[in-house]
Amino acid sequence: MTRKDSLPVTDAHAVKVTGVSRIFSIKKKPPVTALESVDLTVAPGEFVSLIGPSGCGKSTLLRLIADLDQPTAGTIEVFGKTARKARIDQDYGIAFQQAGLLPWRTVRANIELPLELHKVGTAERRSRSTELLELVGLGDFGDSYPDQLSGGMQQRVAIARALAESPNLLLMDEPFGALDEMTRERMQNELIRICAETRAAVVFVTHSIPEAVFLSDRVVVMSPRPGRIRSVLPIRLGGPDDRSEHIREDAAFFDGVSAVRESLHGTPDTGNARGVDTR
Amino acid sequence: MRLHFTSARMVVAPLLLGIAVLALWQLAVVALEIKPFVLPGPAAIADQFFGNIDNVWTASAVTGWNALVGLVLGAIAGVLFATLAAVWPVLDELSAPIVAALAVIPIVALAPVLYTMYGAGAETARQIIAAIAVFIPVYLNSLRGFRQVRPVHRELMHVYAASGIQTARNVTLPSSLPFIFTGLRIASSLAVISALIAEYFGGPVGGLGKSITSAASSSNYSLAWAYVLGSILVGLVFYSITLGLEKFVSRHRPTP
Ligand SMILES: Nc1ncnc2c1ncn2[C@@H]1O[C@H](COP(=O)(O)OP(=O)(O)OP(=O)(O)O)[C@@H](O)[C@H]1O
Ligand SMILES: [Mg+2]
Repeated sequence: MTRKDSLPVTDAHAVKVTGVSRIFSIKKKPPVTALESVDLTVAPGEFVSLIGPSGCGKSTLLRLIADLDQPTAGTIEVFGKTARKARIDQDYGIAFQQAGLLPWRTVRANIELPLELHKVGTAERRSRSTELLELVGLGDFGDSYPDQLSGGMQQRVAIARALAESPNLLLMDEPFGALDEMTRERMQNELIRICAETRAAVVFVTHSIPEAVFLSDRVVVMSPRPGRIRSVLPIRLGGPDDRSEHIREDAAFFDGVSAVRESLHGTPDTGNARGVDTR
Repeated sequence: MRLHFTSARMVVAPLLLGIAVLALWQLAVVALEIKPFVLPGPAAIADQFFGNIDNVWTASAVTGWNALVGLVLGAIAGVLFATLAAVWPVLDELSAPIVAALAVIPIVALAPVLYTMYGAGAETARQIIAAIAVFIPVYLNSLRGFRQVRPVHRELMHVYAASGIQTARNVTLPSSLPFIFTGLRIASSLAVISALIAEYFGGPVGGLGKSITSAASSSNYSLAWAYVLGSILVGLVFYSITLGLEKFVSRHRPTP
């Protein structure tokens, strides 16, 4: 598959969130401020992680960018368009917190779903799904059904599906949360490689500080109730073509982990914040 | 091996039980000299059944056809209405009392009215009765099925900017198919029962219901029971086919 030609040649932001608030009003209950005056820009090709305690509005922010929800105040632009226009133009791929596979479709057919919906020919679909199955290490499982797969394998299928149309923007909500540590690190390495290849921008929600540090150009630390951005930490380990495994051992990596942890807790190293693990 | 063992047990055990019951029944009828109008023996019934197999077959075809027409019409109407009610929930709220009323009244009670409307010489009344009986479970189960679509699947289709038809075909329908087919399975027995009972209230002769009554009124009790056996078989055929369909469409779904 070739990359979308719709990518503006201008240096427009991949994502531009300006003064966004989202207040959930439920009948007979006090309204919940999930997000309050959030500003965030993501450059094309940039990898940005959102980290913060459970309930601080990470998923909400991602859903707003994906046009699955509308902000109470503020504006959201994706590649210089409204979020709605960007969704209709299929400018992004998304992997949800739950895999959300269709149980009546085989693994391969699940990966091909977006291609099928957008009228890509059978042969091209087939070769693309074969490529993606290999990529996520499920080459032998194309004809299996999702309920025959483990949770981690299902999540990998969902990631392959998100990558199917080689989007310029990837939205990922804790995609590796269900994976074991080894698969997780392998998927992280793969994701770095994919991003380098496709130069896709990524907004990545995670609970894992090392994961955020390893993957990101910038880490956005959020605080709960109301959900706000506490700090944005530039990380970016390694050179442009040198983001391999070994940086996990670098001093810079541990410095990054400490910096994020300190920001999360407000003070230097006072143990775990709620909902954030330090794996 | 275990599979063979269990399936053998599942087939052989009921079979042995059935044979034992039939043998006891025959024994009781002979030994206690039970009169045929009270209960004919299985041998006599089998004798009549195979002796009149052509008649039983024709009668089964008449009633079975009425049930089938009713099943198809009722199912189409049920799914169609459920679709409309899923799109416009107002429709569901407005029709809820009517559906509830239809669900509790015995539909065959409408038979005499329908016979006068459509003429006693036509099968139409019986087919309509079967259709109404089928409509209720199909409608209720389909509507429930349409509401089973998981939010994450609906959002996925939204994300892909899928059209209404694409969403219906790829998500809504597959999610609800097992429910629709559960409704159909329940409805299939109802269709046969309703079509058969409706014959007791009038209309042309030839079906199983009429054959049972006419055999009984001419004191040919074993023959009446042979027709009852025919009705059981027709009901079983309807049930098995719809059960098979239900199993088929549910094969890749974890049982809820
Ligand atoms: N549809 C909704 N209706 C009402 N409240 C909601 C809704 N969605 C989210 N919220 C509230 O908004 C807040 C933020 O939720 P969100 O799901 O964005 O958190 P999160 O940071 O993704 O948490 P986690 O890390 O546990 O996934 C929570 O307090 C939640 O209760
Ligand atoms: Mg979340």
